[in-house]
Formats: sequence, structure tokens, C-alpha cells
Amino acid sequence: MSDPVAAPSTRQPGQPRTALLDVDRVQKTYTGQGRTVEAVRNLTFSVGDGELVCIVGPSGAGKTTLLKVIAGLLEPTSGTVTLDGTAVTGPPPSMAVVFQEYGRSLFPWMTVEGNVELPLKQKKMGKERRAELVRDALEAVGLADAHSAYPWQLSGGMQQRVAIARAVAYQPKVLLMDEPFAAVDAQTRADLEDLIRSLWHRLGVTILFVTHDIDESVYLGERVLVLSSSPTVIMEDLAIDLPDERNQLDTRSSPRFAELRHHVYEQIQLAKHRRGGEPVTGPAPAGSPT
Amino acid sequence: MTTTDVPALDTPDARAGLVPARRRFAPPSSALGLVGLAGFAVLIEVLPRTGLVPRDYFPPLSAMVTAMVDEVQTQGFWDALTETLMGWGIGLGIALVAGISLGLLLGSVEVLRRYTASTIEFLRPVPSVALIPLAVLLFGFQLQSTLLLVVYAAFWQVLIQVLYGVQDVDPVARETARSYQLGPVARLRYLIWPTALPYVMTGVRLAAAVALILAVTAGLVGVGRGLGAEIAVAQSSGAVPLVYGLVITTGLIGVVINLLARALERRTLSWHSSMRADIGG
Repeated sequence: MSDPVAAPSTRQPGQPRTALLDVDRVQKTYTGQGRTVEAVRNLTFSVGDGELVCIVGPSGAGKTTLLKVIAGLLEPTSGTVTLDGTAVTGPPPSMAVVFQEYGRSLFPWMTVEGNVELPLKQKKMGKERRAELVRDALEAVGLADAHSAYPWQLSGGMQQRVAIARAVAYQPKVLLMDEPFAAVDAQTRADLEDLIRSLWHRLGVTILFVTHDIDESVYLGERVLVLSSSPTVIMEDLAIDLPDERNQLDTRSSPRFAELRHHVYEQIQLAKHRRGGEPVTGPAPAGSPT
Repeated sequence: MTTTDVPALDTPDARAGLVPARRRFAPPSSALGLVGLAGFAVLIEVLPRTGLVPRDYFPPLSAMVTAMVDEVQTQGFWDALTETLMGWGIGLGIALVAGISLGLLLGSVEVLRRYTASTIEFLRPVPSVALIPLAVLLFGFQLQSTLLLVVYAAFWQVLIQVLYGVQDVDPVARETARSYQLGPVARLRYLIWPTALPYVMTGVRLAAAVALILAVTAGLVGVGRGLGAEIAVAQSSGAVPLVYGLVITTGLIGVVINLLARALERRTLSWHSSMRADIGG
């Protein structure tokens, strides 16, 4: 197993990495009241140590179901999820989840500091170490002076920053994010996307980012997994060969970004009309500029 | 039981400064309430004097007040007050401890909750006063009898609220707690209890009011020697103004108890959406 905290300079897109998270033939069928709904049909993929992978799919594609299965919050009907060589049967200790509904995920009866510190109290560490982690995490998300505020006194974007700080302070190997920016305005969203890129660079954490936003998936990811409509299969596993240094202005206006975006968009359009199980066909993206 | 008063002043319009600059006369609702109370006092002072209502059974307010002023100078009144407040306080305390702990237990364990739900629904509507003969049989005319009635009445108020509160844990918050490895104790302390707290506080307020009713009722029917017993004695000896005076006194105690419960609610729930002025979106 390689060093989980990779130095920024070693991070090259496309560089092969040890698989950290393995999703193997995961299927999830909901049963209840005489009818069954197959939400996820067959998903197999793996995420390398230190990778930033985006999962994008049309709405109702079972993205949240998949994420909950990976997080150990939901048991798959069949198939396995393996994290770092251990099968996931419940929430694994080396994983943190950032939910879309920050307002419900943060505890309103606790201050920002209390919220970030709470998961650390479950870990065996000294008070000072906890305080240090909380301070560093809040500083990393740009909320160094909001310690004693309550989450509901902050704007939506700031609340989601608190939730991200809570995940960062927890020092997970894998960070799962379930459409975390779906409920914030476009401006805030761009800032938060850049925050995720920079945290990923600095911390070397593996990120699995679920979104329905095509631009967001291309802008953020090293890889984009395109899901079909429910019952879900993977339509495509696309490497994003954009330069590692990205910024909202140049990256989004680069021709390659437009190409990749166009390609993913096409796939999503196909996905809307095709259910899992049907053959996957589609044009491969044009050659990489490198 | 008690009505919920909503603060009327903190309307979005008032906060955002959207009210027209033209000044309108809008006295605070507390001032209006006091004016109304004063009007009512004048009414019950004047009505008996005009002969519109029989003065023997409905003395003017001043007579009630005079009777009460005499009464508070006797040791008997203070003993009765102490007895009533003791019955109220101890009974409420027992009901709170039992209701909260049992509520948290039943609410957290799904199987227990389902097994007990029908029993609770059956026992809850039994009026506490129906237990008076049983109380007398068990404890005679002592404080324990009063306590039994108070505890029985107040306990359900608390239990039901706690059960609702525990059920109200947000699914996202629950998943957050699970994914961050919060154990059962941490979940109870940091998630379930704070979620249930607004319900608990409502339960406390309702139970406090019901407990007072039962503490007075007990004396009224001859169990214990509290303010209820004083009212019964005054009534049988024909001291009509004193009966009213004592009734007003119990009413005032109820008001004070409600104010205390509300103050407690505000202190413990400052973070709750019903108490706070929201800033963020």
C-alpha cells in the first residue's frame, strides 16, 4: 500500500494508483408493499488511492443509493464494496460523508466548532489534538473566525463549508460527497468546487463526488463515471485529461473542457433513454491534447 | 391544555423594515393584555355592586382581595400553600424523571415501542381523579395520595412528548451520526436528546400545569391539606369572598408556573427555530 498522503508534486493525472475502494457487481433492489424497484442493477468500478472521481448521471439514476451503499449506510442486495482490503458492512471508520442537505446534517444545537469536533470525540485523541484538528479544518475551508457561531447563523455556502471541515478534521481516507453543492447558488458553487480541488491537492484524500451537474463533474474530476438511468449500470468510465491546475475561467473556456463536456452530455442524453442492461455504445472522446 | 402563544412582533415585514415609514400606533401585545385584565377587574368590581349579579354568591373584587389579605396573615394559608407546592413539585419531579427515562427507552427501542403503544393509549385517557378512591385506599389522606394523582396525570404528558420527540430525529442527521461512528451513548447525548428537547420542554410545560390542577383537586376532594382543602373549608363555612380569593391565588400560581416553564424553554432551546431569529438561508 502506498503512502496515503501523497505530496502534491507526485499527483499526475492518469498515473496508475493502488485501488483503495472496490465496488464489485453491486446491485440494490428495494422491496416493499408487493412491488420491487431495482434501483441499481450492476455496478463495478474501483477508485485508486488519492483519486478524485466524479459520478454523474441523470436524475433518478440511483446515485444516492450507490453512495449510501458505498458509505455502508445501506446494504446492497448483492455484490460487495471493499475499502482498503476490508469488506464494507457498516459505516467504515476511515470514510467521511458530506451530504447534500447541510442544514439537516449539521446539528443546530451545536456551534460550528462543536459540530466539527463531535466526530473526533469518538476517536481516541487528546483534547489539544482535537482542538488543533478543528482549528486547521476550519481554517482550510476559510471559516477561521466562525468557531462560536451556530450553523443556522451562516449562509448556505458557509454551512456546507462547515460540513466539509467536519469531514476534513475527521481525517478520512475516502471522502464521499453526495451532490454537496446542489442547494447553493452558482457563485458559491464555483468557490466550493475550487475549495474541493485545493483540499484534495493539499490532503491527498481520495474523493468520490456524486453530482448531476455535467460541468461540475468534468471540472472537478480526474475521472468521470457516467451512470445510466435506473436500473443503473456504468455507461462510461472517462478519464479527464485536463491539466491538473484548474481554474473556473480558463479551464471552463478551454476547448478540451468543451469536448469532454459535450461527450458526457451526449452520454447522459443517451442514458436518459436507455435503461441498464442494454448494450453500451457511444462515440469515444476525441484524442487527448497532450 | 395551554395555548401556544406565538410572538407576533417578529414578523418578516417588521424585520426587513418593510413596514411603511408612516408611523402607526401599535402598542405591544403585553400592554393590551394588561389593559384587558384591568377592564375585567373593574367589571367584576362594578357588576356585583350594581346588583346585576347576586352579591352573596358573587362578591366584588375588593371583597375577594380583602379576604385574601386577611388569609395570607394566617399560618394555615402558608401551610396549605406549602403542601400544594410540595405535592406539585415532588409529583412533577417524579413524573419528569419517569416520563423522560421511559420515553427515551421506549422511543429508542422500536420493538418496545410497538409492544407498549396500545397499553399507553389505553392508560393515558384514564382521568387521574378516577384514581382518588385507589389513592385513599393505598395511602390514606396523606401527601402520597396527592402525589399518586399528580404523578399519574403529569407522567403521560411527558411520556407522550418524549416518544414523539425521539421519533423526530432527522434521517440525514441520523445517517451523519452513523457515518461518523457515533456510538449509542454519543447518539443519545448529541443527537436524540437535543432533538427530543423541544418536545420534552412542551411536556414539562403541560405537565407542570396538569400537576397543579391535580395538586389542588386532591385537597378539594379531601385528600391532603393543600389550597384545595382551604377552598373546600371556606366554601362549607360560607366564606364566599375567600373562596374566590383562593381560586384567584391558585390561578396566579398557575401563571407563575407557566412563566417559569416558558423561561426555561427559552433558555434551553435558544438554538431552536421557534426561538431564534434566522440569519442565514
